[in-house]
Amino acid sequence: MATVKEFRNNVRPNWCPGCGDFSVQASIQRALGNMDLEPENVAVISGIGCSGRISGYINSYGLHGVHGRALPIAQGVKLANRDLVVIASGGDGDGFGIGLNHFMHAVRRNIDLTYIVMDNNIYGLTKGQHSPTSAFGFKAKNTPQGTIENALKPAQVALSAGISFLAQGFSSDVNQLTSLIEQAIQHRGFSLINVFSPCVTYNKINTYDWYRENIVNLEQDENYDSSNKALAMQKVFETNGLCTGLIYKEDRPVFQDLVPGYKEEAITSQELRLDDEYFAKVMNQFA
Amino acid sequence: MLDQLSWKVGGQQGEGIDSTGDTFSVALNRRGYFIYSYRHFSSRIKGGHTNSKIRVSTKSRLANSDQLDILIAFDQETIDFNAHELRDGGVVIADSKFNPKVPEGNYRLFSVPFTKIAEECGSAIMKNMVALGASACVLGLSSDIFADIISDKFLRKGQQVVDQNMKAIQLGIDYMTENGGVLPEFQLVPADGKKRLYMSGNEAIGLGALAAGARVMPAYPITPASDVMEYLIKHFPKVGGVVLQTEDEIAAMTMAIGSSFAGARSLTATSGPGLSLMMEAIGLAGMIEAPVVIIDTQRGGPSTGLPTKNEQSDLYAVLFGTHGEIPKIVLAPSTAEECFYATADAFNYADKYQCPVILITDLALSLANQTVEPLDYNKISIDRGKIATPEQLAEVGAGQLFKRYAFTEDGISPRVFPGMKGGIHHVTGVEHNETGRPDENAQNRIKMMDKRLAKLNNMELPNSVTYAGSENPDVLIVGLGSTMGVIDEALERFQAEGLNVAHAHVKVISPFPAKTLNQYVGKAKKVVVVENNATGQLLHLMKHFGVEHSAMTSYLRYDGNPFLPVQIFDHVKGLI
Ligand SMILES: Cc1ncc(C[n+]2csc(CCOP(=O)(O)OP(=O)(O)O)c2C)c(N)n1
Ligand code: SF4
Repeated sequence: MATVKEFRNNVRPNWCPGCGDFSVQASIQRALGNMDLEPENVAVISGIGCSGRISGYINSYGLHGVHGRALPIAQGVKLANRDLVVIASGGDGDGFGIGLNHFMHAVRRNIDLTYIVMDNNIYGLTKGQHSPTSAFGFKAKNTPQGTIENALKPAQVALSAGISFLAQGFSSDVNQLTSLIEQAIQHRGFSLINVFSPCVTYNKINTYDWYRENIVNLEQDENYDSSNKALAMQKVFETNGLCTGLIYKEDRPVFQDLVPGYKEEAITSQELRLDDEYFAKVMNQFA
Repeated sequence: MLDQLSWKVGGQQGEGIDSTGDTFSVALNRRGYFIYSYRHFSSRIKGGHTNSKIRVSTKSRLANSDQLDILIAFDQETIDFNAHELRDGGVVIADSKFNPKVPEGNYRLFSVPFTKIAEECGSAIMKNMVALGASACVLGLSSDIFADIISDKFLRKGQQVVDQNMKAIQLGIDYMTENGGVLPEFQLVPADGKKRLYMSGNEAIGLGALAAGARVMPAYPITPASDVMEYLIKHFPKVGGVVLQTEDEIAAMTMAIGSSFAGARSLTATSGPGLSLMMEAIGLAGMIEAPVVIIDTQRGGPSTGLPTKNEQSDLYAVLFGTHGEIPKIVLAPSTAEECFYATADAFNYADKYQCPVILITDLALSLANQTVEPLDYNKISIDRGKIATPEQLAEVGAGQLFKRYAFTEDGISPRVFPGMKGGIHHVTGVEHNETGRPDENAQNRIKMMDKRLAKLNNMELPNSVTYAGSENPDVLIVGLGSTMGVIDEALERFQAEGLNVAHAHVKVISPFPAKTLNQYVGKAKKVVVVENNATGQLLHLMKHFGVEHSAMTSYLRYDGNPFLPVQIFDHVKGLI
């Protein structure tokens, strides 16, 4: 029986003290431990950024790849071995800047995996440029007069693209985040958890306090129904994207259910050599 | 009687020109002739001239013929564009509908009411069948040779459709019999009747991947690579594999890496522009030592260049394309048969050396259909390389990481896959230590760099270069890719004239077979490197890797078309 401990390794993250990403790491570890998974059956795939380092801080298989490509790598892993629990993770720049295209298509494709984004509204690793989720007018290193682009709202984008599981969390609320991660892993299909995860070094606007003041926790609303897409849309717009909890969930077939010939047995466990007779048959289709 | 014949059918794109050529080719292939067929097309979907040039021979021929014996024309444009290829006494068989005219010269024109006869059989689309009938008549063949193919093609649509098509063929034969008949100078020597295959390089690659146990193919469509994906879309479902059309080439490449990391054999296929997009990820595969196979079917560049034309100008890109320095294997098969075996080798090399393997072809090789001897599955082994044994895994203590990047003598460390207990380690594109943990220490950096590069240091893969012709030639012709058949044919003519020429063909570009090439060029008076590009990339690579010769020149063609044997013959003769 695996516990939280088994998902810890003795590596000290190189995140700044107080960085929101610590809580995300702890929540993933707790969720995995609670779910009684074995570390060797989990793969954490991350992109590049401060947040992208997360795959190195969780004791499981994992891959820290290239900027913006955690999702296609993760989908490749899951396609090859459907028995693994696959978690993709990274920052808002990684996922919604350079990697937005992959995000949209992962939503469409609905391959069963969990995507956890550490959204700090800034580029941390490259030392403080604005990110696609920075608010209009946000002053950063490379926008001294304030950004003149509108902010991308991950929840709006995900819903309109047709996501089958959408949640948002906040680094200050590890219990809620842990529970959301467990639900996301249990969900069959592509799930996004966008986590408001403050960068204490470069973002002086979107601080813990700022989030506390601005976030609406949907779990405190008894009338909220996460299976109602129109309501989800409405809440996301009403709160300007700043809501937490399970926002929307629907059951729809996952990609693997629909791929012709896709077997119950993982591709990685299958026999590679063709039957001689089968080979002769496919060869003779050219005769 | 002829031991070879060249036949071309042309018309507007969308008129079924390919399928006409294909039916003709398969019919003769099944009779034991060797076929080589090359398609000329443009990037328009409908309209625009297209043609299929088909060479029928009693022995293997892997090049376009210099001349044309018979031209089938569905429009005047076809005659205007192609008549110059006709040999003295060549024949044009054209649809009488457009009132065809042939240019001055010793050509014979047969104006046949293709469309009218087809309409009588039920539909104008069958004009192609009438044309096939007319061709068969001229060659003295009966409609029987088409019977099985027509039935393969149309039986799904009902026996009536089969009968209508056969009737159109027969009426074509009948019309031609009355208006020209069998032309004795176009009779072919009977073929050996042996059963052989007929396939394109792309199909051979697809079949090779299937045979080698590849089961995941993420890819993004691009000419001329798409048919590799299309072939596997038909076949992977039967063996539990999956083909996924990604959002772009970056996703294709990274997804393939993900699958490979998880333990599957994965590949992707692309052409120039897509290859450029994949470069960052190819660097990642090199750094994390993930085996992955990339097919680059070259076409005309740069940029969107000549998307439907032949070129060999990605050599620098495949060799030097990614940033930083990684070990990389680049295979360059030159026939469809080699494409099959080389693709299977590519997966074994990728697993053995744990690095990206790029297999490059060119458009002529990817798309040209050719006769192939039956393929031998026994020649294909599946070798997954160094994988950690249960004992090795058991040795990893609790809380310890597996040394995935362990320093070894040959630079190759055992692999593990997610799901294996005891194999947990770190994987990152950041410089790392033996367990994969980030490590920028200078000493570690040097050791890791050396470890990765050591995998391919000072080595040549087997059969990196083939050689034919005189031992001490006056001229040595060097080529790669689809020029194989063209150069061989030129070589045959030199040998027939008693001239001292040889041919070295490069089949592996990385690790570059400099040692072998040096031995060959060392014995030649002159060397000419034949390539379909404008800057002589292969020649420059030879020099770069230390292949020395005082009289080494380029012979280049970069107008988008493959060389003809006569061009190489004439050029090389001028050097003797
Ligand atoms: C192709 C490429 N372009 C640029 C970079 C440089 N880069 C590294 S991380 C990063 C942005 C990270 O921002 P985010 O994803 O928000 O992560 P954070 O550091 O804030 O956690 C950039 C631009 C890179 N590594 N690769
Ligand atoms: S720079 Fe910001 S995002 Fe990066 S580790 Fe520090 S606090 Fe976290």
